[in-house]
Amino acid sequence: MPGKTPHIAQPSRRAFLRRLTCSLMGALGTGALGLAFWDRRGPSPAVVAPTSEPLPDFRLPEKAGRLAIVHGDDRGQTLAAALHALGGLGDFIRPGDRVLLKVNAAFATPPILGATTHPDLVAHMIRLCLEAGAARVDVTDNPINDPTSCFELTGIGPAARRAGARVVLPTEDRFESYSLAGGRLITRWPVLTRPLREVDKLIGLAPVKDHHRSGASLTMKNWYGLLGGRRNIFHQQIHTIITELAMLARPTLVILDGTTSMMTNGPTGGSLDDLKDTRTMIVGTDAVAVDSAGAQLLGRSVEDLPYLRMAAEAGLGAVDYRSVSQGAPSL
Amino acid sequence: MRIITARRISQIFFILLFIWFCVVATLGERWWQLRGWPVNWLLQLDPLHALGIWLATHTLYKGMLWGVVTLALTFVLGRFFCGWICPFGALQQLMGVLGKQGLKPAKRIARNRPHAAQGIKYWLLLFVLALAAADMMGFVFSSSRQSPIVFWGGLAAAVAGFVALHAFQWIQVRRDVALIAVVMLAGGLLLEWMAPQGRWLVASLQTGLLDPIALMHRSVNLVVLPLVDAPLKVTSALPRVHPGSFLIGVLFLLFLLLSLRVPRFYCRFVCPLGALFGLCSRWSIWRIGQAGDRCTHCLQCERDCEGACAPAETIWISECVLCLNCLDRCGHGVMGYHLAPSSAGESASPDLSRRQVVVALAAGLVAAPLMRLDGSAGADWNPSVIRPPGALPEEAFLARCIKCGQCMRICPSNVIHPAGLQGGLEGLWTPMLNFRVGSSGCQHNCVACSFVCPTAALRSISVDERMGRGAFAGSGPLRIGMAFVDRGRCLPWAMDTPCIVCQENCPVSPKAIFTREEFRPVRGGLYKVKTAESHTLVLQTTALRQDQYATGDYFCRYADEPPRPIAANNDDSLTLGPQPVWSRLPEPGQPIELVIRLQQPYVDPTRCIGCGVCEHECPVQGRRAIRVTAENESRTPAHRLVLP
Repeated sequence: MPGKTPHIAQPSRRAFLRRLTCSLMGALGTGALGLAFWDRRGPSPAVVAPTSEPLPDFRLPEKAGRLAIVHGDDRGQTLAAALHALGGLGDFIRPGDRVLLKVNAAFATPPILGATTHPDLVAHMIRLCLEAGAARVDVTDNPINDPTSCFELTGIGPAARRAGARVVLPTEDRFESYSLAGGRLITRWPVLTRPLREVDKLIGLAPVKDHHRSGASLTMKNWYGLLGGRRNIFHQQIHTIITELAMLARPTLVILDGTTSMMTNGPTGGSLDDLKDTRTMIVGTDAVAVDSAGAQLLGRSVEDLPYLRMAAEAGLGAVDYRSVSQGAPSL
Repeated sequence: MRIITARRISQIFFILLFIWFCVVATLGERWWQLRGWPVNWLLQLDPLHALGIWLATHTLYKGMLWGVVTLALTFVLGRFFCGWICPFGALQQLMGVLGKQGLKPAKRIARNRPHAAQGIKYWLLLFVLALAAADMMGFVFSSSRQSPIVFWGGLAAAVAGFVALHAFQWIQVRRDVALIAVVMLAGGLLLEWMAPQGRWLVASLQTGLLDPIALMHRSVNLVVLPLVDAPLKVTSALPRVHPGSFLIGVLFLLFLLLSLRVPRFYCRFVCPLGALFGLCSRWSIWRIGQAGDRCTHCLQCERDCEGACAPAETIWISECVLCLNCLDRCGHGVMGYHLAPSSAGESASPDLSRRQVVVALAAGLVAAPLMRLDGSAGADWNPSVIRPPGALPEEAFLARCIKCGQCMRICPSNVIHPAGLQGGLEGLWTPMLNFRVGSSGCQHNCVACSFVCPTAALRSISVDERMGRGAFAGSGPLRIGMAFVDRGRCLPWAMDTPCIVCQENCPVSPKAIFTREEFRPVRGGLYKVKTAESHTLVLQTTALRQDQYATGDYFCRYADEPPRPIAANNDDSLTLGPQPVWSRLPEPGQPIELVIRLQQPYVDPTRCIGCGVCEHECPVQGRRAIRVTAENESRTPAHRLVLP
């Protein structure tokens, strides 16, 4: 361009040095960051979920192998009588204990249909626990239908809150990847373990229900509600998974409510025609024996429920419940 | 208190009210859950829905009557809804305020200059109203046959009224408008008398696509709340998922971001509800404008003008959203809200030419039958579009659904989702059920969606009607579809693997899914016996895996004896259960066969209600081995599958 020379400013030494420092810091910083995060191998083919600590054993050795069967219509009375026959709840729950009740809240149906643990039973048990000095009672389950709806519609949620317990919903943060020692199916599987780790005593409360695939849904099948993920895959080997669940959850007590039993169309029911008044409350520390006794209410034999035999063979209890029974008082 | 402080308080109040309604639209019995909170009130206040549904069904459902109140008040006050109530307007105004921080006054004024594109929203309004208008037109024309006295008497009264008003110069009846009205009336009557059942026109309600209240509800229900509440878990213990909500969220974000650059972008250019208010506010009794001649043309009034209605000059009265910023800004006491028109002059709106009006109306009238031609509401109905319980037959449903997403919000099991194009173009964002998503299928004792639906697109049903109990025992339960077993994917059918999770979870009593027992040979399960005792068979093999057949499902078959269960096995022997007893034991060298006992699921079409719990629980996780389609749904008798 004629008549105009471009003006080139000479940088001062000071400005040049400052620029030099900045550029060197930039170059070195980029290099250092790159090296620090350099991954030479790339991702490994399979990411293996870590496995969490074994769950605590909630059984009381001195109370092993006990069972009480009580006949009657009033859940409060039969429950109290059965616990009395076992030596009283005070033998199981010490003052200050934190107690978890694992109910069956699988379906969003009203309590009258008997597909879930009866809210009266839950309320009675919570009160008894608190009277025995429990510091806190939690109630949990991972239902099949929508969890919030299940706890509300079954009446378990409102009953538990009224009786002074806390409802623990199966939110994602309460599951851990868990492997059962000696288990074949429960390996690195999401299990609702956190509520169990926060308590001192574990009690299972299950209704007596027909179940087409396994024969009957009783206290051992009730632990299915601790499984997360797409747990339905385990129906392929239903008897094995029920046995493994009985190995996984080692409760202080199990309570099998056969006041009314779902004789047909289980485990969902849906009609009063599916129910029968069987007037029986079974409480015990031997889940195999409790379930064997419960199967009688449905008119099923041990042969109809292979998981009873498998659990007995795994050393989890006695199939012959009469050998451990505390008698059958009737109210 | 400054008037704009009052306006801000009103806007904040209605935004909080809106958020509150969104939160309490949660199924439950606690005080902050759905226990009679009027969660649809803002949708009902919105007269665009009332008008659209009135046109599309010639009825005004329940609380939609609130829209009449809003419209009546607009005739008196102007667009108070836009400036004082509309939560989407308030959000955009907030974005606009953020966007103009640090701008020089001249730049701010430039952003608020009127723009010809502000006419677009009127075209959109006329288009969506014309889409819906067919039913009302049909109703009017057919009344000329059904009740001629009312029709002709009403017509004569209307004509006489207009002529009288025109004669006394109270109104100016435009000749072109009168001509269009006469031509349409004559054409409609001609068609009605020549082909009474011709159904030339069909109604399709699309007001919900662009209506700001429906847009807000849809966006908050399906995008904002699921995002915000996923970690908080207030409204839902499990995170909510809605396939297809991406587009809804992107549009919401886009319109908010656009209003950073152009204040109230949506209100000015897009909003058909604003256009409706604009048309009504032409005649409003009170209006914004200048009084006296003291205006110095300092343009301060346009610095924060939300409606871009040019208050400093000839004001576009139908564009004014009553933000009242001009009143607050005017340093000369000129701007006011009064009975007299602005002393600087008024023009009604961005001029809508006759041509534009005719094109928008005609396009709407033609577009509805055009969309219906694809048959998605008729012969080519998509069986994967399963409507919630209580849904009206498809055509009546499409004349009412405003795509607000309230049913999807309230659904306790998160199973109702906005449709994409599965139900045709018309069905965009209408509710459909997707049983792969959510915390269970459609709970068969729940009627929450039909309870909450503001327009009765999902007719209000009782639990008794849904379940076919009490007074409804004769008609049986409502079916929303039917489940079909895919025998090529089902474990017991295709893979000799026990399962029947579907049967177990079927909530109907007696169960709609039942099983038939079958013993199937295990692949490679033929062995020769080495020795046999009453409970133990030793085989001529050592290839069995320890307790491989001890799962309780395997049996041993020999000759024509009944299969005996296998209790245990090691590498060469089987331990059999005690029952049933075999009359004779196999001799050494004789063959036995291992079989697996399968229970294979069947669906009883007279029992299945299509709740989809089976599909949700099916362990074949990708494409489920039992799937519900809208076959046999109660709302469409023509889709009936089996005879009663």
